[in-house]
Amino acid sequence: MTSTSARLGGRVGVRPGWQVATLVDAWAESPSARTLVLDVPGWPGHAPGQHVDLRLTAPDGYTAERSYSIASAASPGTASSVGPETVPDAGPTRVELTVQRVPGGEVSTYLADAFAVGDTIEVRGPVGGWFVWHPTGTTGPLDPAPVLLLAGGSGVVPLTAMIRARRAAGSRVPFRLLYSVRRPEDRLYTRELGVPHPGDDGVDVTVLYTRSAPLDARREPGRMTPADLAAWGWPAELGPACFVCGPTGFVEAAATMLLALGHEPARIKTERFGPAGD
Amino acid sequence: MGSLTPGFHGRPRPQGVALPPGQYVTEDFPVLSAGPTPRVDTATWQLDVVTETGATHSWSWADLMRLDQEEPTVDLHCVTRWSKFGTSWRGVSLDTLLADVASAADFALVGAYGGYTTNLPLADLLGGKAWIVHTYDGAPLHPVHGGPARLLVPHLYLWKSAKWVRSIRLMVQDSPGFWEQLGYHDYGDPWREQRYQGD
Repeated sequence: MTSTSARLGGRVGVRPGWQVATLVDAWAESPSARTLVLDVPGWPGHAPGQHVDLRLTAPDGYTAERSYSIASAASPGTASSVGPETVPDAGPTRVELTVQRVPGGEVSTYLADAFAVGDTIEVRGPVGGWFVWHPTGTTGPLDPAPVLLLAGGSGVVPLTAMIRARRAAGSRVPFRLLYSVRRPEDRLYTRELGVPHPGDDGVDVTVLYTRSAPLDARREPGRMTPADLAAWGWPAELGPACFVCGPTGFVEAAATMLLALGHEPARIKTERFGPAGD
Repeated sequence: MGSLTPGFHGRPRPQGVALPPGQYVTEDFPVLSAGPTPRVDTATWQLDVVTETGATHSWSWADLMRLDQEEPTVDLHCVTRWSKFGTSWRGVSLDTLLADVASAADFALVGAYGGYTTNLPLADLLGGKAWIVHTYDGAPLHPVHGGPARLLVPHLYLWKSAKWVRSIRLMVQDSPGFWEQLGYHDYGDPWREQRYQGD
């Protein structure tokens, strides 16, 4: 783990400067989530799994900062050199985020409800060099291992960025996504992840509903179990790279199950958000 | 100050509390870590302090419990922007733990069960500023929060307060830890908003 992080550290440079981005498009991703397309001049590119910091400033000077995972693939035009080391200004300057509205949330309610196309916001990033998947080994050898993605709720956002990056790079690395979500209407990227998408051969998506499931669901509603991981995930013997993202309760449960199934702790990367939930 | 965000007003501002820049107050105790939560049995738990000459000092769980215990109440500031006020802990001051360790080192690299590391100046571990804590809010520290024992260095961002603490290596030269190698700040002072390298 230490040698891996040393290598990553050499190639992940954080750009500390804030810059002004403009909202150029937005749409509802579900009744409670909204995708934002930001134009960020000079965006240096990013790796799937990284996030951005947003800073909002009120008329009295009060500021609020939050981190949001990036939903878009790195840069379609620079798929062979995905990563923050991409030459500045060489790639597209569009960055997509998907914001889940948190009831009473100071920032998420603004971004989901009030933030309008044409408005500006301060951005810095990309940030984070640990919870990332590199479709092409840019500075190190390509990791050919299969990839297991475990998403709880809006934890699917950075994992979808990985699927999109795989597609953009033409990668054939086998992916399996287990996506735990309360109800069908809470799903994000429903069409994209629901019907086999061109370029997504080898990506298998299983949706696990916790509260209510449609008739064609793979199993009855309920929280993710070891049996789900055994049925729809990868066996530990294949040494998959595991990425787990969601609320703390989901991530704790999922990581514990992976360990019990024999997965190496060093192969399990986690990203948690928010207070305990489901 | 940054540019205005149209239509953003924010929450009522917290009154009478000292909140570092860019932070917000939470009543929860959020959890952050890069991998699975290690489960460490106090029967086999051990803390090693290794000096720059290689001399090793070790404490078992029983050894730790026999040392003078302190009960700090401190504010926590996480780089992910939440701050939590008035948290109550019980544990051993690093002043107590390191009192008899001979060293000329200026830096420390703290290691944890599970492989996590973080670096900080030795001066920030001494002078009543840091503890090895095992009790939170009157109860044994839960594994998701770093139990059975974690480092607590509340004047720095919380990633410096290594969960599941296992070792403290004293060094003449600084050496970056896990997040520090990934672009986070070597020192991490929340009052100067030292989140990332270059801040």
